[in-house]
Amino acid sequence: MGKTVAEKIFDAHHVDCPSGDIHVISLDAVFCHEITTPIAITDLMARGKDRVFDPSKIKAVIDHVTPAKDSKTAMQGKILRDWAVRHGIKDFFDIGRNGVCHAIFPEKGFVRPGFTIIMGDSHTCTHGAFGAFAAGVGTTDLEVGILKGVCAFKKPESIKVNIFNSLHNPSSLHNPSNLHNPTNLHNPTNLHNPTNPHNSDNFNNSGSLLPKGVYAKDVILALIGQIGVNGATNKIIEFCGSVVDKMSMDERMTLCNMAVEAGATSGICSPDMVTVDYLWQFIKDEYQSKEAALESFSKFRPDSDAVYSKTIDMDISNLEPQVTYGYKPDQVKPVSEMEGTRIDQVYIGSCTNGRLEDLEIAASILKGKKIADSVRGIVSPATPDIYSKALDKGIIKIFMDAGFCVTNPTCGACLGMSNGVLADGEVCAATTNRNFNGRMGKGGMVHLMSPATAAASAIKGYIANSEI
Amino acid sequence: MKNFNGKVLFLDRSDINTDEIIPAKYLTEISKEALKPYLLEDIVLQGFSPANDIKGKSVVITRDNFGCGSSREHAPWAFEVNGINLVIASGFARIFRQNMFNCGMMAVELDKALLDKIFNLFANKDTSLETDMDKMTFKFTAGDLKEIVPFTISEYDFSLVKAGGWVDYADKNY
Ligand code: SF4
Repeated sequence: MGKTVAEKIFDAHHVDCPSGDIHVISLDAVFCHEITTPIAITDLMARGKDRVFDPSKIKAVIDHVTPAKDSKTAMQGKILRDWAVRHGIKDFFDIGRNGVCHAIFPEKGFVRPGFTIIMGDSHTCTHGAFGAFAAGVGTTDLEVGILKGVCAFKKPESIKVNIFNSLHNPSSLHNPSNLHNPTNLHNPTNLHNPTNPHNSDNFNNSGSLLPKGVYAKDVILALIGQIGVNGATNKIIEFCGSVVDKMSMDERMTLCNMAVEAGATSGICSPDMVTVDYLWQFIKDEYQSKEAALESFSKFRPDSDAVYSKTIDMDISNLEPQVTYGYKPDQVKPVSEMEGTRIDQVYIGSCTNGRLEDLEIAASILKGKKIADSVRGIVSPATPDIYSKALDKGIIKIFMDAGFCVTNPTCGACLGMSNGVLADGEVCAATTNRNFNGRMGKGGMVHLMSPATAAASAIKGYIANSEI
Repeated sequence: MKNFNGKVLFLDRSDINTDEIIPAKYLTEISKEALKPYLLEDIVLQGFSPANDIKGKSVVITRDNFGCGSSREHAPWAFEVNGINLVIASGFARIFRQNMFNCGMMAVELDKALLDKIFNLFANKDTSLETDMDKMTFKFTAGDLKEIVPFTISEYDFSLVKAGGWVDYADKNY
């Protein structure tokens, strides 16, 4: 019987089977941030177990509230910082070098196909984009991960989501990928400064199969709308199909990031040449060629006769941009039905959509325009590297000229802790991943959407389609 | 082992998420005890008042997909410091469920039809529950009304409840 990606990864990391379908697996990395880790550190100290299993496999960042906004958040940062120093954790990202965890850790090359990763953060599923098993856990699991480098999970069952475009016609492709259509105004590559040395190979998504104005965010929102917030509980969502094959790593991370909003333990994309291209700068000393790396990573691709608990075929040929309307991420409607909804704030950022491609897409819509007087625009590039590249490409200038406030890389407003908290009764068009009641501030309403829809909405002052 | 007996709080809604259980702005607290006044502060549930309805309750009974959203273990802790160590639902989000057992608390799933019956019989009444860990039964009582319901948890989850958590178990075994 064939195996899924997750089953192959579990086999390769098996430690114990303490009972029934519970599997204890070894961990390749434990990621940490300053909200959930300090309390784990404090508890380990209280138990007389202030140890770490392997400092080189622990990566830590201060990202949720940074710079610290008060004494309590300053103390959370301090506990994490002191701990990193005490245990010789070298990959610790403090202010000036810090960014949103699920953006900065992949960017530093800490995620590889076949890896097992936990973090005290539900959106850890993002890293599945690399063909890794990456899951959010609570404080106790995190403590055990830090202490022993293991974690217990139920035997992984996967749902296969096959995403395709039945109307695919390569000559009518649009952004962000069509590098050969100079008339396409929304093509973010038009923003490239020819002298820019950072025109990275990482954004290898030429030939996107997404309909015009539709992005990875719309695909995942539509899927969550279809299967519900409980549709993948205790399951892994394995994304595949021609649309995913053509997606960049940034797009795949957006897809996997929101798997948990359908209840999934992790999202996973199979490693391919797009993955290798992204990782090449980190792995070029380990493999003779990209082909050799791909061959090695291919052991973490699913078997053709792998068994899935369910297969969902998703034809995105007629997909419209999607927007949420309630307090649950599965309350999703096409933008045309949400058009005209009043907004007070637009937030572009987060581990879902604060990466370079997201900023490029938004900037391609904002270029030469002003946001509505009634709207506050906030953009948070997810990492210093993204910020810096956005500066080089003129993207930050476009945001500023349009009237956006540009913040430092941080989670901030996404979870209503700083940098853009909503007042009671206010409405935010956000590229984040959660619209829960009170998420961005007590009494506030959040509508989730793509960076393109958010940018178009900022200009209009109400929810609007980027393509009209 | 923790206490799994006492008065029941019924939360008649599915998909109650961790932001509703304990909002993110309280995640800067370093002690569990500090979370006590904020349990269920942002819940969207008609007729429910956290200030009046939580006091004196030791068990929560709710619907499906309870605890979805964030990984914060602050959610079980907020229950724990309010004296609630047992949540019964027709389904849980994975991380919340695991966090409960990792803390030596219980998140027990009951069949949907059975849960409907319990809601019909006991919600809106002054209901108490007694847990028998040997027989694996819950006994519901409201006045003269009584109902005994069997439940199951895995051997592994039971060992975490008995051990009072996963940290010591793992440190010893791995
Ligand atoms: S950006 Fe938002 S969802 Fe992502 S890790 Fe930060 S707080 Fe969580």
